[in-house]
Amino acid sequence: MTNMIGVRLGVAAVAAALCASLAYGQKQPALSGMVRVDGSSTVYPITAAAAELFSEVQPKVQVTVGISGTGGGFKKFLEEKAELRTDIQDASRPITSGELERAAKLGVEFIELPIAYDGIAVVVHPSNKFCDYLTLEELKKIWEPASKITSWKDVREGFPDVPLKLYAPGMDSGTFEYFTEAVVGKAKACRADFTPSEDDNVLVKGVEGDAGSLGYFGFSYYEANRAKLKLLAIDGGSGEAIKPDQQTVRKLVYRPLARPLFLYVNKAALSKPQVRAFLDFYLDNAAKIVEHPKVNYVALSNELYATVRKRLEEATTGTVYGAPDAQAKNLYELYGRTE
Amino acid sequence: MSPAAPQFRPRVRWRRLMGRVFQGFCLLAGLISVGVLAVLLIHVAWQGWAYVNWGFLTRPPSQLNPEGGGVRPALLGTLWLMVLTALIAVPTGVGAAVYLEEYTRRNRFVRFVNLNIANLAGVPSIVYGILGLALFVRWLLGSRSLLAGALTMSLLILPVIIIASREALAAVPSSIREAAYAVGATRWQTVRHHVLPAALPGIMTGMILSLSRAIGETAPLIMLGALTFVRFAPGEWSDEHAFTPAGLWMWFTRALDSQFTALPIQIYNWASQPEDVFRQLAAAGILVLLVVLLSMNAVATGIRAWQQRHKLW
Repeated sequence: MTNMIGVRLGVAAVAAALCASLAYGQKQPALSGMVRVDGSSTVYPITAAAAELFSEVQPKVQVTVGISGTGGGFKKFLEEKAELRTDIQDASRPITSGELERAAKLGVEFIELPIAYDGIAVVVHPSNKFCDYLTLEELKKIWEPASKITSWKDVREGFPDVPLKLYAPGMDSGTFEYFTEAVVGKAKACRADFTPSEDDNVLVKGVEGDAGSLGYFGFSYYEANRAKLKLLAIDGGSGEAIKPDQQTVRKLVYRPLARPLFLYVNKAALSKPQVRAFLDFYLDNAAKIVEHPKVNYVALSNELYATVRKRLEEATTGTVYGAPDAQAKNLYELYGRTE
Repeated sequence: MSPAAPQFRPRVRWRRLMGRVFQGFCLLAGLISVGVLAVLLIHVAWQGWAYVNWGFLTRPPSQLNPEGGGVRPALLGTLWLMVLTALIAVPTGVGAAVYLEEYTRRNRFVRFVNLNIANLAGVPSIVYGILGLALFVRWLLGSRSLLAGALTMSLLILPVIIIASREALAAVPSSIREAAYAVGATRWQTVRHHVLPAALPGIMTGMILSLSRAIGETAPLIMLGALTFVRFAPGEWSDEHAFTPAGLWMWFTRALDSQFTALPIQIYNWASQPEDVFRQLAAAGILVLLVVLLSMNAVATGIRAWQQRHKLW
């Protein structure tokens, strides 16, 4: 383990990470076996990229990354039979109290590791000239379950009478859950007359093809389709409308529509050397993987990654999201002072 | 109206016009179905053609370098799945068909079984997925393995195989059976040496057609949890496996127990990612799937043609 720590200290710079990981691979014995990951489709690109890079270091370890959604993934993470449980759970939201209860009932201990930030981009059709920003209040007015707004003129005084068409991720997606919780105030509370799709691609196409459209999805999907869409700034209540970008998401200024993404690790699975090695590799190279142009999320700061790293090493179990006001805090406040 | 008014008015022009309208309608219907297929194929081929090459077939998929990725795990997964499904479903299905067709009379039990098989053939595939998840994954095997997938697929195509095999057996003229009995053959000998060989082409056609249905199925596999990013294929050969019966057995059982993905799932995975390159990869994956599918159908057609030429009666 000592040489691993030595290597870890060497990975301060992102540029050095690749060389370090190669050296790290040479010092490690060749491992084999399975690492089973499942969960959020939002976290999927990060973990799939990590699995891909890891396979260059440990070619015999078989990492599988499923896309069952955060809720579906937690079901597999907390299966009745221990041998069916996944080792690592990709989550685009913190564990819920219901899932916590189930974990306690089954005796599953887990380690919660924030891994990246994701922003939700609120977008309109590129021809939309009248709307540059929306306040959280306006978003709520549009999306709340009792909403009767079908025209832009009812959103704000002065908007033209253009039919409002809504596009959003489907009920099973973590993005939908996160947006409704952040905007409407209650998870999964949302008006029913919008076009849902689990496939963000369909949402991009929908917004792109409808002059009065309004939609939302992960910021990285916007980045990949920026030419086809117009991004809105959001006033989260501070009086200042902020557009999501790498900076505003990372500094948590783009609130409340920037969110952390998590890995949940089954503590029992950590005793498997290949799972441990995969996680070590994942965290050592997290910034590089998360900001890879093909992955395109926002990385945590280096000091935060160090804290997360420590959490894994010390196998700190449980969630920091147990407190009722935890959702309002940023990751520094939640994880920063673990001592 | 005078009683002498003609009852029959030829209206030749009107009737000819109707005839032409109907012909035009049928032509249109035909063109629409062919046209949709053509548009689909051309669109897919145009999008994906550039990506289909040997490397695409032999490389694992890649998230970071999508262009450098391929379908190797999915293609091998699909082939494994098909072979295992055939090994499980064909003996079971043909056995059931032989029993129902050759060994029983039409009684209440047979009618009951018939009704069930006909109903099972119409059950949506997702239901088989749920059944497979509960029965094979959770209860019998305890893993989301290739074997669980093959067993579920077998359940899915079993009714179709039974129905096709029964039709093939029923098409064998009873004179062949009677001739066998006349020279003193037992029922087993009659079935083994005369009825089954005569029905074999029909059975094979049914088997291949049902397998080509199974090859495109996604829903049951998603239920089983095969929707995954997998960079390895089932049954990878490594130095651990000796080329001995025991070594081969270990290799085979490991393959059965391994996690897998299949072509339709890989296509679905790619198609649901935002960047254009993934959509093109999905199109390339569809082309590979189509080639596998069409070659299976070609084999079925070939068997049918062979059967026409070598009719035993």
